[in-house]
Amino acid sequence: MKRNAIVLMVSLSLILFSQVLFAAGQADQAQKGDAGEVTEIVYWQYFYETKSKLMDKLIEMFEAEHPDIRVVQQTFPYEQYNTKVASSVPSGTGPNVINLYYGWLPTYIDSGYLQPLPTSQFPNEKIEQEFFPLVRAAKFDGSYYALPTAVRSLALFWNKDLFKEAGLDPERPPRTVEELVDFAEMLTITDKNGNYLQTGLTLELRAQMHHWVREVLIRQMGGTPYSDDNRSVTYDSQAGYDAFTFFTDLHLKNKVGMPNFMTDDVTAFKSGAMAMTIDGSFRLGTLDGVQGLNYGVTELPSMNGISSSFASFWANGITSFTTGKELEASLKFLEFLTSDEVMSMWLDAIGELPAKQALALTDEFRNNPKYGPFIRSLEYAHATKFIDESVQRKVWIDAYDQVVLNNASIRDAVNEAAATEQKMLDSYYNSK
Amino acid sequence: MKTNYKPIDVLRPVILIILGLLMLFPFAWMIATSFKQGRDVFSLSIIPENPTFANYLNIFSNSNFPFWFLNSLIVGLAVTASVLFFDSLVGFTLSKYSFRGKKIIFILILSTMMIPTEMLVIPWYIMSNELHWVDTYWGVMFPGLMSGFGTFLMRQFFQTVPEDLLDAGRIDGLNEFYLFSRIAIPLVKPALSALAIFSFIGNWNAFMWPLIVSNKVTMYTLPVGLSFFNGEFQSQWEMVMTGASIATIPVFFIFILFQRQIIQGIALTGVKG
Amino acid sequence: MKRPQSYTIEHTKRIWAYTFLVVPVLFYLTIRFYPTFYAFFLSLTDWDIVSRDKNFIGLTNYRNLFQDPIFWKTLSNTGFYVLYGLPISLLSGFILAYNIDRLKKGEGVFKALYFLPYITSMVAIAWVWRWLYQPAPIGVFNKILISIGLPQQKFLFSQTQALPSILAPTIWADVGFQLIIFLAGLKGISRQYYEAAEIDGADNWDQLRYITLPLLKPTIVFLIITGTIRYLRIFTQVLNMSYQGEGGPLNSTKPLVLYIYHSAFQQFDMGYAAAMTVILFLIILMITLIQLKVMKSED
Repeated sequence: MKRNAIVLMVSLSLILFSQVLFAAGQADQAQKGDAGEVTEIVYWQYFYETKSKLMDKLIEMFEAEHPDIRVVQQTFPYEQYNTKVASSVPSGTGPNVINLYYGWLPTYIDSGYLQPLPTSQFPNEKIEQEFFPLVRAAKFDGSYYALPTAVRSLALFWNKDLFKEAGLDPERPPRTVEELVDFAEMLTITDKNGNYLQTGLTLELRAQMHHWVREVLIRQMGGTPYSDDNRSVTYDSQAGYDAFTFFTDLHLKNKVGMPNFMTDDVTAFKSGAMAMTIDGSFRLGTLDGVQGLNYGVTELPSMNGISSSFASFWANGITSFTTGKELEASLKFLEFLTSDEVMSMWLDAIGELPAKQALALTDEFRNNPKYGPFIRSLEYAHATKFIDESVQRKVWIDAYDQVVLNNASIRDAVNEAAATEQKMLDSYYNSK
Repeated sequence: MKTNYKPIDVLRPVILIILGLLMLFPFAWMIATSFKQGRDVFSLSIIPENPTFANYLNIFSNSNFPFWFLNSLIVGLAVTASVLFFDSLVGFTLSKYSFRGKKIIFILILSTMMIPTEMLVIPWYIMSNELHWVDTYWGVMFPGLMSGFGTFLMRQFFQTVPEDLLDAGRIDGLNEFYLFSRIAIPLVKPALSALAIFSFIGNWNAFMWPLIVSNKVTMYTLPVGLSFFNGEFQSQWEMVMTGASIATIPVFFIFILFQRQIIQGIALTGVKG
Repeated sequence: MKRPQSYTIEHTKRIWAYTFLVVPVLFYLTIRFYPTFYAFFLSLTDWDIVSRDKNFIGLTNYRNLFQDPIFWKTLSNTGFYVLYGLPISLLSGFILAYNIDRLKKGEGVFKALYFLPYITSMVAIAWVWRWLYQPAPIGVFNKILISIGLPQQKFLFSQTQALPSILAPTIWADVGFQLIIFLAGLKGISRQYYEAAEIDGADNWDQLRYITLPLLKPTIVFLIITGTIRYLRIFTQVLNMSYQGEGGPLNSTKPLVLYIYHSAFQQFDMGYAAAMTVILFLIILMITLIQLKVMKSED
């Protein structure tokens, strides 16, 4: 009996307690509204430890320059970032300045979530002259809606110790795709049942390899993934079939790896069970922290004399409900984030490459053993004009499974991927 | 008595132990991984070769960790208290009274279990935003204050409470709330304890809604905070395992606290069911 | 003679009942039903979360749904999860609870042992199981298979084996849940019944059949109905177990709720997701009503 009374009391007091906290929260918000002269703006990005720490530092610098502005950084888990952003849209609230993946921009621009950057402060000609051409992916109907601090591209990472063990020169990575396959075969170790003990190359379509197939292999086979206006899929062609034959053969014929080996390629490469992987410049930070991992980075191997890579970026835009003083402050902050000074700091701290050509293409950076390959490949890299990256990635994963699990022909699998993707593109462009 | 020593009495615990250890294996692996670092993470030994506390130190050194832990604890306890009170009250009402609309209310409350939470998140967020509940404990808690699951559970268990016992109380002139809290409740303690455990676990592990309704990192609950270790196409698995191991501790504590009630059972004396 | 008095007792009882229900009914109306009806309304629109307009498009979403092969695939996957997952976990939970209940000592230890999987974070557990399912020599399961002379299995990489492979850890965690509720039910049965039965010479089997099971009926009804709903709403496990949460390979493990989640928060197709939610709701409601009816009439 007594115990029940206690339980009941505790319950009720807890409920009351929570009410008090709730009220406190409200009061807290009310106070903020009163704060007079200082304009407060909110900045959102996904959480990456070094990024959010650097941003804290940058905000400090910015606030020192602009004492009348206060910037609040809020970060969210990477995997749920897009969900979080989308959920805040219907209530008409959210940040003033927001960091978005360039592949998501069409959705948010279409919905009116972002406002075009005023040409008075960010003239198109200046942007196009200074930034890498891939930044044009943020231009819609003649206006820029977002600008990046940094861009990223793909390169080949190789494990020098495993090269040595396989009798290869640890300082001589593959330069052509033919060499890549040869090396990968030498670097693969299987047991007597044919199980992989160590794989030569990543096949992780879910991570970066769908970019490799789409923007690198198809082009190297003499094709293009999309038409010039990006509205039509063009990889249901001989080049597309050749590229995908080559890719699936890596597992079926050359036997140098498989998707999901050791759950994912970063895990496999980190633990020294995968000799070569293809990944972005942002991975440098992760890999440098792994003890006993001795690796090198080089440009993606060429084929038929063609070099290609995939480039992408996260860009900062301003939400459309930002007006008046907040808009002024947000524009100043965006200007700051795209300044030469911040770009240089970004490269040092995070390993992402400056978005302005003049800054990135200096000899110092081009010849840097770690960043160099990424920066050099920016000159020939392509940025896919994504409409819905999740769908556009999944068609390649499904095509792979169709070939490997269902013994579908390459032609059928690629055609099916192309048809699914085209349907999605059509429904987007036709609704415009 | 002779019946005390049958072979089954020896066999039973042995089989239960073997099965239990098998059940324990993935859990043990999780704990083991939390003590590994670097390449050891991917070695398959269940006993770490170079055991290290570095992962734990890493998590504890995160200045926001105490907030996350405390937030989860507050939310979990407060919601559980509310659920225990309201769900048993409604379960009691639906089981022990007859009144118009009883059936439809029961079905409607049941039906709240049939909609995936993911679909409710957006209207909740719009609501929270208008009422300034974003970044408050109340905002995280309000959707869970009562549950169809708990109401149903309590209703089922109150049905085993004999009617004559309540009638006896009524003749003594006790009011209905007294009958509920002093006579019926003690008889369903095992169910109430089970509900306490489930409710706490459910809220302790809740992810989607706390993520949507919190913007400040200090308002995050533990699962939201720990998901920071999942990065771009890659996770810091040793940190995920460490976080999960830490997150298990309070739940286990709550479990131990309430499970005794389940074991004790009910000493129903002299009443026919 | 007694009529007026019992009338007033019934009357006050009814007033108490309504009083008890005021706050909960208000809560359910505002926090639960309003958003639910909102979802029903959205299923008739083309809303995509981020846009301002919600255009009324009638039953178009439903028409598209019925022509969508992935929808049918996810529906049948969901069916598999329920039909295999629920009976297995229910039966294992009961057998374990029954035996733990009859232990002379150490009940608490065993309960804790079997309950641990349930209280462990699904993300962490999913990762561990993914390692267990890896091909040899990394994967423990395949290592065991080889050592006893059986061929390796693909598990998560196979279209036929992936779904059961995801179901296994789900059941593994769910057994602890069933166990606790069964134990709570078993503890609610007075020892007197068993003592009386033993005097009558009833053996264990008779006791189980004529005392334990009938008296456990409310518990069993509860577990079957909530279990059906839980397995119909299976989501987190698949999100964490299949690579990048896609429900693959080739949608072979994708349940309906995962498809709803993807449609709503990846494709932002809220209207379409809402239409699926309505279908799921109707399916669950129908099954629940049938179950309630059947289990009531069995008396």
